[in-house]
Amino acid sequence: MTATGGPAARAFDVDRMLDDPAVRIVVCCGSGGVGKTTTAAALALRAAERGRTAVVLTIDPARRLAQSMGLSELDNTPRAVQGVQGGGGSLDAMMLDMKRTFDEVVIAHSSPEKAASVLDNPFYQALSTSFAGTQEYMAMEKLGQLRAQDAWDLIVVDTPPSRSALDFLDAPARLGSFLDGRLIRVLTAPARAGGRAGLKVFQLGLSVFTGALTRVLGGELLTDVQTFVGALDSMFGGFRERAEQTYALLQDPETVFVVVAAPEPDALREASYFVERLAGDGMPLGGLVLNRVHASEVPGLSAAQSLAAAERLGDPQHALARGALQLHAERMTVIERETRLGQRFRTAHPSVAVVPVPAFPTDVHDLDGLRRVGSCLAHGG
Amino acid sequence: MVDWDRVRLHVVSGKGGTGKTTVAASLALVLAAGGRRVLLVEVEGRQGIAQLFDTAPLPYEERKVAVAAGGGDVYALAINPDEAVLEYLEMYYRLGRAGKALDRMGALEFATTIAPGLRDVLLTGKTYEATRRRAAGGGFAYDAVVMDAPPTGRITRFLNVNEEVGTLTRMGPIHRQAGSIMQLLRTATAVHLVTVLEEMPVQETADGVAELTAAGLSVGALVVNQVRSSPLPPPALAAAQRGQVDRTALRAGLERGDLADLPSMTGDLLDAWADGLAVEVLEHAERSLLEQQERTRLAALGHPVLDLPRLADGIDLGVLYTLADILASQGVRGPDPRRSP
Repeated sequence: MTATGGPAARAFDVDRMLDDPAVRIVVCCGSGGVGKTTTAAALALRAAERGRTAVVLTIDPARRLAQSMGLSELDNTPRAVQGVQGGGGSLDAMMLDMKRTFDEVVIAHSSPEKAASVLDNPFYQALSTSFAGTQEYMAMEKLGQLRAQDAWDLIVVDTPPSRSALDFLDAPARLGSFLDGRLIRVLTAPARAGGRAGLKVFQLGLSVFTGALTRVLGGELLTDVQTFVGALDSMFGGFRERAEQTYALLQDPETVFVVVAAPEPDALREASYFVERLAGDGMPLGGLVLNRVHASEVPGLSAAQSLAAAERLGDPQHALARGALQLHAERMTVIERETRLGQRFRTAHPSVAVVPVPAFPTDVHDLDGLRRVGSCLAHGG
Repeated sequence: MVDWDRVRLHVVSGKGGTGKTTVAASLALVLAAGGRRVLLVEVEGRQGIAQLFDTAPLPYEERKVAVAAGGGDVYALAINPDEAVLEYLEMYYRLGRAGKALDRMGALEFATTIAPGLRDVLLTGKTYEATRRRAAGGGFAYDAVVMDAPPTGRITRFLNVNEEVGTLTRMGPIHRQAGSIMQLLRTATAVHLVTVLEEMPVQETADGVAELTAAGLSVGALVVNQVRSSPLPPPALAAAQRGQVDRTALRAGLERGDLADLPSMTGDLLDAWADGLAVEVLEHAERSLLEQQERTRLAALGHPVLDLPRLADGIDLGVLYTLADILASQGVRGPDPRRSP
């Protein structure tokens, strides 16, 4: 199989994905700085303008989606995006507020008194506002909620940057393993361990353990954690079930992953990890969006030819042409490198469909810009 | 001149994709130049430093990765949070058997699952330990520590995690430890933000500066990476920024550059090439205009701005030394040994 032509160069048919009524969730993954948020917004807008009832969920804290969609108000509920064209479709957009999402989960799963005690717990307050990783849990929860609401026929999800691309997949499983984990059993041992065989050994371990934990953390924190975990114990049966359902949702054929990368070694390496992980977990991959690919108006003039010509133009009257040829040579050098990197990815992952999106001179920050990106996504640049 | 003599810890953050690992490595090289010892710390588990210095993946130990100009040494450490937990417990609490029990009972799960922020506590804690470590002679083991840190969107929360911990644990060794780390971060740390001259990265930089400042953390330099210089003569660039390109001059240049003599060349093709080059010149001009606007916004943030050039051939070890020299030429240097306590 060659890198050019044949199945190795399979094009990513974005419109087919967006038009397929069986596709209900599109998850955009990739490392930071590759244009994931813009890609998610452009896909959602294009889907809406092709008649889907779409919603785009961003969980990025930098409010980039708000900027790229020209919206100033994005909070924890989907809001209609104005200016969507075409007939029949619509687009809502929302930005994840992880604290509010967590609060809602607590309130939905417990009695008012218990909810109040959890919301007041200092450990809960820290967990729900400042600890990294909670974002992924809550993004998954919100995705599950949106899907369960069934008010949209397509949900496009943006994910947090870099490492967290995989964290997004791992968050629900981690939550499950945490709830099943030994630590939780130890902390809630008085309530759960009664009558269990091997209790003596367990209790010995427990006293060493809680003694050490108290020494390290201080008694009050441990009490806070125990109270919090005790409260979770009664409410999180439901949450865990939901987390497992959401994970199953990601493996369902109704979900399609879109991996976003830029033609840079790091971004393509991350994309490779992710593609391999998806294959390993049996998760459906739509294709790779290769963002910010450079193109030339004069592809027939190579970098070397262009530089050689520039060197013959020492005369000041040719300064413009000399500069233009140098610019062109720089551009062709970039294009040649990007082409090499792209080919390397295609050779390593011949079954992955790829669509290039050109580098725009200006940033995308309005619906017209998103439409332009969407059109490139559909037509391959 | 950039006065960073009091800075023991340099935190390098930036929007993803702007090259913060490259900048962190170049900064470590320039700080080490002239016989200093600098530790370059990686906290995101990506092994970006090993790739940059072209070495095998870094284990959880400090290794010399480069010799700086004038004989300084750059060491590197990729902090692995799981291993850091046990080391941390042993070092600060001498837990021994109880520490192993913690491990067996799921302390690692505890660290990374129930409170994923504890991961950040460990990463900052290990960095703190290396920054404050004393050598046998009584001086600091490292003259400076450079951290390749999480991206701008997460940096304030990452650095402030010990503030949270300090509030959560009202007493005890973790409370004291958190206080000491915040002390280091507030008084002897500079956070450098790497950006490129595009709208959203500059916006994130502005947001980052505001957040860091509000959290009482010091912003060091704003590093503009991948700066392009224009090969166009200034009048031609200015004209192109107004949308004007002299196509006749371009066509004449192509002929004069012997491109008209190419075997398959025709008059029409030459016209098409001249038109194509004109479009490329206009795009370049449009971009340079935007870059000027973004530079003005960055300058208005009121912190020193450092420039690093765009390198068409990608990044390798040799390029890091070039970038270090360019930082040195803008006044960046290591701490004055006479002022080290």
